[in-house]
Amino acid sequence: MSAVMIARKVTRKWEKLPGKNTFCCDGRVMMARQKGVFYLTLFLIIGTCSLFFGFECPYLAVHLSPAIPVFAVLLFLFVMAMLLKTSFSDPGVLPRALPEEASFIEMEIEAANGNVLAGQRPPPRIRNVQINNQIVKLKYCYTCKIFRPPRASHCSICDNCVDRFDHHCPWVGNCVGKRNYRYFYLFTLSLSLLTIYIFSFDIVHVVLRSVDSGFVNTLKETPGTVLEVLVCFFTLWSVVGLTGFHTYLISLNQTTNEDIKGSWSGKNRVQNPYSHKNIIKNCCEVLCGPTYPSVLDRRGVMSEDPSSPAPSVASAAPTTKNCPPAPQTTKSTAPLIPNEHTPDEAKPSIGAGTQKTNSPKEEKPPSSPNAVAPVVIKESAH
Amino acid sequence: MATEFHNLQELRHSASLANKVFIQRDYTDGTVCKFQTKFPSELDSRIERTLFEDTVKTLNNYYAEAEKIGGQSYLEGCLACLTVYLIFLCIETRYEKVLKKISRYIQEQNEKIYAPRGLLITDPIERGMRVVSLKKYKLLKSVCMRIVDQAVRVLAAVQLAAVDDRSNTHCNIHRSSSSLAHICLDAH
Repeated sequence: MSAVMIARKVTRKWEKLPGKNTFCCDGRVMMARQKGVFYLTLFLIIGTCSLFFGFECPYLAVHLSPAIPVFAVLLFLFVMAMLLKTSFSDPGVLPRALPEEASFIEMEIEAANGNVLAGQRPPPRIRNVQINNQIVKLKYCYTCKIFRPPRASHCSICDNCVDRFDHHCPWVGNCVGKRNYRYFYLFTLSLSLLTIYIFSFDIVHVVLRSVDSGFVNTLKETPGTVLEVLVCFFTLWSVVGLTGFHTYLISLNQTTNEDIKGSWSGKNRVQNPYSHKNIIKNCCEVLCGPTYPSVLDRRGVMSEDPSSPAPSVASAAPTTKNCPPAPQTTKSTAPLIPNEHTPDEAKPSIGAGTQKTNSPKEEKPPSSPNAVAPVVIKESAH
Repeated sequence: MATEFHNLQELRHSASLANKVFIQRDYTDGTVCKFQTKFPSELDSRIERTLFEDTVKTLNNYYAEAEKIGGQSYLEGCLACLTVYLIFLCIETRYEKVLKKISRYIQEQNEKIYAPRGLLITDPIERGMRVVSLKKYKLLKSVCMRIVDQAVRVLAAVQLAAVDDRSNTHCNIHRSSSSLAHICLDAH
């Protein structure tokens, strides 16, 4: 029996998950479909750091201190680790409702709405809940067939509902949500530090060398420095600005999505019910809160259809018919109502004021809610 | 072996057509995982209100313990950050430990309280922590359904063990098989 089972290829649940994600390493890695900008991010970071280690570090280690390249290596490794952790982890995707749950919810909605007269539009599917004495509206997601939990939103790029949805970041190649927000924040923070570090030591290096050889000769000897300074200069404004913006959001316990939509701003609007009204508490909850597990069982094995022929054929992946734990809900029965917009498609004017600097440079603008972001997203999403 | 599995799958399929009750999330305290303790009217004839409410309250307490933000979670977070989150390759997070406790609790509740009344609770993690779903079986067939469910779990665990060589999958097989044996003995 064991020989037959080993020969059979096992279908894991990630192969049947709806949504537009790509999976690698047999379901261990989960990313968005468009990864081009992510490769650019990797190239810029690794390229700039390689130039720094090649050109600056030998000189600085000898003339100043060997601790400089050591610290740069540690910082670089931290940045890469945080980037990969953000890109490869499940952001907090909510699985779609199984058919029974979907029909149960439909029945509840119909019961709540009562009889709709012919020719009239049915009322919008909204559920009001009271959270910390504020009324919050939960919207119904027509793709996932669920009432979205508070702070969840549907990302149309990945075609998933994500819990505590912040934004979809093309630079990272993934959504930023409940599970990977702290890694994203640490990535922007450490990248800011790395950029400032490389930029300042580039300047120091050029100054020190120019004292000996002269400015033009220095640039001829270390051409990499020019490139590094250029990249760092443009990166600095965007990444430091982004870090500042997210620090502001964390201190208020808000998401980028809520900030763009203006959910908690304005006089007549509801105050943020999730904020502890204390900056330290808010920061601690977001950054040092519990590490939530993924509710998508990506690596689980799908139970096979016993009526499929020749189980010893290794190449044929057995299809599954009935497997209750897997989210098998298809998109085919969704009514003709478009998906919710992602925050990246929102108006560019909102949120621009909270940004420190807003230079719409083309070299390395981040996926922040400013005028640049929608343009960047649309290009990469083609 | 294949024909037995085929029959079990058929039974499981017909079991899934049985009535289901969904307990929704309670968001009054924010986004913490908490389920409504309101007793659904569909279960009126099946189970006592107090037993049901006790189960849901215990589940809520477990989730509150998992998501508690205090000294231990800060320590875990800071330590993880310092080790660049590599420490989670070696140790389990607190949440994962509590989820295992919850899974054992639900299995125990199913065996002792719900199955004899023709009900079966599904672990909320299998539904994205959105609902606690209860399957209502026809009372006469309740024991057969329990056997079917448990047998399918055993087979799934065996299948996973053939592919995945970790020791905890073998523990799962042991646990599932012993539950199956218990259920069969009870049926007698």
